Amino acid sequence: MSTGFFNELWLSKFMIFRGIYTCLFVSFSSIVIGTFIGMFVGLALTYGNRFTRFLARAYTDIIRGIPVLVLILTFYFVLSVIGINLSALQAGITSLAIFCSAHISEMLRGGLQNVPKGQIEAAKAVGLSFFQTFIFVSLPQALRQILPTWINTAVEIVKGSTLVSLIGVIEITLVMQQIIGRNFLTMQFYALAGLIYFLIGFSIERTGKYVEKKVAIK
Amino acid sequence: MGYHLDYAVIWRSLHDLFYGLGLDLYMALFSVALGSLIGLVVAFALVSKRKLFRVLSGAYVTFIRNIPLMIIILFIYFGLPDAGFTFGEIPSFIFALTIYAGAYIAEVFRGGILAIHKGVGEAGMAIGMSNFQIIVHIKIPLLIRSVMPALSNVYISLFKDASVAAVIAVPELTFQTRRINLETFRTIEAWSSASVLYVASCFLIAFMLRRVERRVAIPK
Repeated sequence: MSTGFFNELWLSKFMIFRGIYTCLFVSFSSIVIGTFIGMFVGLALTYGNRFTRFLARAYTDIIRGIPVLVLILTFYFVLSVIGINLSALQAGITSLAIFCSAHISEMLRGGLQNVPKGQIEAAKAVGLSFFQTFIFVSLPQALRQILPTWINTAVEIVKGSTLVSLIGVIEITLVMQQIIGRNFLTMQFYALAGLIYFLIGFSIERTGKYVEKKVAIK
Repeated sequence: MGYHLDYAVIWRSLHDLFYGLGLDLYMALFSVALGSLIGLVVAFALVSKRKLFRVLSGAYVTFIRNIPLMIIILFIYFGLPDAGFTFGEIPSFIFALTIYAGAYIAEVFRGGILAIHKGVGEAGMAIGMSNFQIIVHIKIPLLIRSVMPALSNVYISLFKDASVAAVIAVPELTFQTRRINLETFRTIEAWSSASVLYVASCFLIAFMLRRVERRVAIPK
């Protein structure tokens, strides 16, 4: 070890920044897309007829039964065989989004079903349509209720984004492996990776807590 | 496209897949058992009256919950040998998963402890039990019975996390599947089989845990 940790850190700063950027990009896109898909699946799960409910339930349960790593590898390898050519980055985002959507749908179903029945009846009594009831009565309460779980899922997605390094997306983990491959400061740089992930996760958690307090019913 | 499904390869390597699944279960079971013990101790530290315990256990839980499992594993498997601690692949994975599990399980237990009615502890005090006796004989049995549903969700997700062991070449299910995929190019067959095995095991574990839950549930 001829050069110190901080020297090596300084030399590799741009690589690390790029890794952080990729990690955030992958996580953010997956969460946004996953939430969008998950909303629809969650609605089908709550309000659908028997058939759509069955489909949504099957989707949710199957995705939740498969480890994220297997989802990522499956999407990466299988999609190219059936003729859909996605880059590693796209495959990674797709699989994380699918994983996220299954969690969101389950959470949304729970949130919507927890809205007291009396409120739905009251909404009906004052003449709101189903759609109005959903937008103005059920959804705001459900969203407020699922916020803490949603934040947890977001942190899980950031953590899951480490696994896309295995299909060659150059995010924090893979950047660290490249750096370690050059200078062999294994412990220091993996600890640094842990610290970076901790800071990302912790700030998401704190922001979530803050938003939770802001939107709470006083 | 000209891709014909051919599961013959999978049949031939079914033994490897099941061996991998067994290894996953073994590692998960080991870590879950140890992690539950850690979780129990940490959970009582989280609600302890002493500030030092609260700070230390809180730091452990927040820290580990925000660090990806893969980083923990890479650190333990590749990093710790630099400091003179060398473990094999499976022990280091079990070590990593245990630390990881401990934080999640502690959080579940903490919720359970806070939900225990205050009167229960006071009743114990009234009949002359020490603090330790109250925890061991009253709080822990009540706690385990009440948090079982939340606990089984964590257990299932820890079983799924065992797949991450593939990154340090533990020959578990994901690793075997990737090997079969790369050796035979039977991509769809390999990954669909692995997914079916994982989903089926999760259902089976969930089913068994539901039975345990029903059995230990506190009657209303």
